[in-house]
Amino acid sequence: MKRRAIASFFIAAAITLNGCMSTRQSALDATGIEARSILHLWWFFLILLGTIFAIVMILTLGALLRRQPASERQFVEQHHTPPQERERKLSRMVSGAGVITGLILFALIVISVITGKSIAPSGASNALLVTVHGNQWWWYFSYDNDDASKIVVTANELHIPVGRPVLIRGTSLDVIHSFWVPNLMGKRDLIPSRITEEYLTADRPGRFRGQCAEFCGLEHAKMALWIIAEPPDQFQAWMNQQLQPSVAPDDPDKQRGLQVFLNHECIFCHNINGTPAHGQVAPDLTHLASRSTIAAGTLPNTKGNLAGWIADPQRIKPGNYMATVPLESGDMQPLVDYLESLK
Amino acid sequence: MRIIAVAAGCLALASCQTGKENLRPAPARLAVYSDAARESQIQPGGALTEPNVTNPDYGSAFAISEGQRLFDWYNCSGCHAHGGGGIGPPLIKTQWIYGGEPANIFDTIVKGRPNGMPSWGGRIPQYQIWELVAFVRSLNHEEPTASTAPRGDNIEINPANITNKAQGETK
Amino acid sequence: MSTLAELPSPQLAAELEAEHQALRRVWNDRGGFWGWFSVTTHQAIGMRYIVTAFIFLLLGGVEALLMRFQLARPENTLLGPDLYNRIFTTHGTTMMFLFAVPVMEGMSVYLVPLMIGTRNVAFPRLNAFGYWMYLAGGLVLYGAAFFNALPNAGWFSYPPLSGPQYSPGKGVDVWAQMITFTEISAMCVAVEIIVTIFRMRAPGMSLNRIPLFCWGSLVQSFMVIFAMPSVMIASTVMLLNDRTIGTHFVNPAEGGDPLLYQHVFWFFGHPEVYIIFIPALGMISSILEADTRRGVLGYPAIVLSQVATAFIGFGLWVHHMFATGLPQIGEAYFTAASMMIAITTGIIIFCWIATLWSGRLRLTTALHFVFGFLFIFVIGGLTGVMLASIPLDLQEHDTYFVVAHFHYVLIGGALFPLFGAFHFWFPKFTGRMINETLGKITFWMLFIGFNVTFFPMHILGLNGMTRRIYTYPVEMGWGPANALATVGACIIALGGILFIANVLNSRKNGKVAGSDPWQAGTLEWAAASPPEPYNFVRLPVVNGRYPLWLPAEERAAVTGMRTDKREILITASVDAEPQFLHVLPSTTIWPFLAALGATIGLVGSILTFSWYYVAVVLAGIGLLGWFWPRRPLEQEG
Repeated sequence: MKRRAIASFFIAAAITLNGCMSTRQSALDATGIEARSILHLWWFFLILLGTIFAIVMILTLGALLRRQPASERQFVEQHHTPPQERERKLSRMVSGAGVITGLILFALIVISVITGKSIAPSGASNALLVTVHGNQWWWYFSYDNDDASKIVVTANELHIPVGRPVLIRGTSLDVIHSFWVPNLMGKRDLIPSRITEEYLTADRPGRFRGQCAEFCGLEHAKMALWIIAEPPDQFQAWMNQQLQPSVAPDDPDKQRGLQVFLNHECIFCHNINGTPAHGQVAPDLTHLASRSTIAAGTLPNTKGNLAGWIADPQRIKPGNYMATVPLESGDMQPLVDYLESLK
Repeated sequence: MRIIAVAAGCLALASCQTGKENLRPAPARLAVYSDAARESQIQPGGALTEPNVTNPDYGSAFAISEGQRLFDWYNCSGCHAHGGGGIGPPLIKTQWIYGGEPANIFDTIVKGRPNGMPSWGGRIPQYQIWELVAFVRSLNHEEPTASTAPRGDNIEINPANITNKAQGETK
Repeated sequence: MSTLAELPSPQLAAELEAEHQALRRVWNDRGGFWGWFSVTTHQAIGMRYIVTAFIFLLLGGVEALLMRFQLARPENTLLGPDLYNRIFTTHGTTMMFLFAVPVMEGMSVYLVPLMIGTRNVAFPRLNAFGYWMYLAGGLVLYGAAFFNALPNAGWFSYPPLSGPQYSPGKGVDVWAQMITFTEISAMCVAVEIIVTIFRMRAPGMSLNRIPLFCWGSLVQSFMVIFAMPSVMIASTVMLLNDRTIGTHFVNPAEGGDPLLYQHVFWFFGHPEVYIIFIPALGMISSILEADTRRGVLGYPAIVLSQVATAFIGFGLWVHHMFATGLPQIGEAYFTAASMMIAITTGIIIFCWIATLWSGRLRLTTALHFVFGFLFIFVIGGLTGVMLASIPLDLQEHDTYFVVAHFHYVLIGGALFPLFGAFHFWFPKFTGRMINETLGKITFWMLFIGFNVTFFPMHILGLNGMTRRIYTYPVEMGWGPANALATVGACIIALGGILFIANVLNSRKNGKVAGSDPWQAGTLEWAAASPPEPYNFVRLPVVNGRYPLWLPAEERAAVTGMRTDKREILITASVDAEPQFLHVLPSTTIWPFLAALGATIGLVGSILTFSWYYVAVVLAGIGLLGWFWPRRPLEQEG
């Protein structure tokens, strides 16, 4: 009974320590081709280096346990020079260990370089090209296309088709950020004045959370993103939806909401296609209701959360750049109704 | 005859208002506008004691930095460049058209001014206006040196690098 | 008092006593208020470095505890983002600049002259100046807290975040200028250690006979001289000037390059960790020799490995930048170098394990810390090999995996040896034995607490927890591991408190230690405990690597040196043949005044650039007084 309790405690600890959600934001839950390569490399390193650690520790503890028995204690206080033969043997073993270390490390270098090449930008011709701009503290995404009318702009949530490589090409508009979705690929810094690239490929549908991985100021902790991998037909349907202009308000309540939006400073920062609002410095709201979170992954996208966010953004993400706009009591509900209609 | 009577009646109705004497204005119209943003030095009657309207964000490095950000985001730099002026007058100067005290600048931003300065009152909250005031004053070394950023990061108004508009986007 | 040889005759004993008295008169520091600012003896200054660094360690530890309490629960509200950012920046800055490097320097300044058989460092006034600059730098950083100007852009302050637009206020300016102070201090110590080790060794102590601790100090000092200017360029020339006088070195909006800052900073930043680590290697060697009752196996191998580590350490810096999209071939070179350095450190560790195998172990507290070092540092080194691999680094960079790694190598590789060194040299510093039982309890608390705190961070990092976040959502599942880490941090804190209590108690009530309680072999154990300000009444002559393990007949001393002036013996660089005698300056307040002038000017220049000129003038006055021409000290009075 006690043994079972102890065992279940350890299992629970292991599970909780490791988290037990299906697609948690973890490099160990590799769902993309690149992430899986990295994960295999990780297991190889872990097992090999863990074995080396065990060997070194056994040798160290062996030295500890080989301490002279009590009968020779009387000589412990004097210094001594070990016999030459023994010294030479030990020196040879040290040299040998050094050589083996070198060989193992060389092998690790080779394997790392090979894996690195396999995940590097490869110029795949059918890649979906996505531009990422890091901003303090949200993500701008645009699906590039030679045909300007087919460019989709969105924020904080990226949809990608399963099985097709996606080329993430990014930069930052203010400070250095880092684009990281551990389930799919390692991270890539977004550096102002430079463009960096990486490929990622999802091979299963799913929802993958990512997070900014380079300290970027006050709300670095709350700059998350979601990547939704979908079968190609669902993805195409989503793209077509995103290409539409915003849903026009269809009842007086939502029309009032649009007016509230246009009459306050929302219009200075946000863009809603099909309305006069063309601000470029804040997330694009044209299809806000099609996203699952708001404030860069901070809150689930519900009417209540949206109202709370608009009413007092500084409470949820203190220091973020959204203005605190005082709205009259009758204005909030129509505004939220309108925004949540923007599918 | 009837027409004349009706026309006379309408005229009478229309002229009713002109004789009306509004002896007791509604309370909202009793407010005396703040005299802190005074633009003329001459006052009738005796000298009033001026209410002390100071910028609550005076000396705050954070507020000046926010003002710098808002100056760009709200496109003040579109007319005023980074203080040097262009379509609009320069903001780095000693002779202010409408006064250079914090209250004056606040007034300018809220009310707008003739010849193109938009009126921002009612569109952006007061705390952001004070941040902009602090920034504009800092351009003229009216804020403590310890809080003032030495120069804007961006000397060009619209640098050729990237904005959040995707290439080729026309919407 | 103690001397090298047994006293063969009362006549010799009387002679030595007279020399003791004379030397004591000459070498004693002046007492009183101004005397405290005029000290130039290396033991006093070394101890000041150590105590000051320890205070900064405690402050950094408090900051760490605050962070851990904030992160113990998801969505905790103990610290808001602004305060958290300032605290983690100050924690990193304190530990790296105000604790780790100065404490190693302090140990070197204290022990190197003792180990090589001389009376002081080569430049006593420079030594004092370096300490005052270090203290000033620390006070500048913590003084900024009273002005709401603590830095908040991380301990390496990447631009553009740390530039004038995104970090308004004086916080990052304070950070950048504080680096000026600490780096001047480090350079002072580096210069004097190199000259001391090369030119002031006891006759007969050729370079292959100096203790491994001195080799560690020597290698570290060379690294300091090459690395510190790089951080000065990054922080002061590039970042501080961008922030204060409108240059655009690293401002991308006007053609500057943020990556340039990263390159220049990490060119310093990587050697910095070896600057911290290599003296610790020296400490381990010293402890091992005394507690295994034999000289370390493979002395030449260890020396060459340390030198090779230093060289290779300058070629690794891009591994901090693997995620920045640099060309693959270039990055692959740094992968190779970063892994190859494991060979040199590995050889040193293998030599030590061989020493342990063939030695006769005396399980003192210091040896406990050596074993702790081996366990923790090897884990840290192996996770370092993982991070050297670019694909793995792309997942682990800037996550708690890296936090775990560097705490394992820094705490395991520097702090554990340091605590072992404190317990080992405590009798030498204070004249009393430290309580071994409490010391061993301290070790276990630190060891267990450390592993409980930092091992879960490996898993947290792989599970997506990024660095420098002030909170995290409940759904991430990171709560339990973070809570565990906080518990571990509390254990570490208790261990630290126990250590302080042990030190304070043992200083008063510990068993009186003779000059050589461990029967060790190196020269510092020939001096009194605590050492007289002149270290040895007669400078020793050395005939082997472990002079105190030679039979008494083979030990000799230098006679005929002056006892009315602070005279030392200069010997040749390689073979330590005596060359000439030299008189060192005694107590003087000018180093303090020069440092004070420089401090006033440098602090003012944070606010207004023109105060640089004030700094030049005031420091110039101080230097004038310092170097005012006089008759050679040999001829004075």
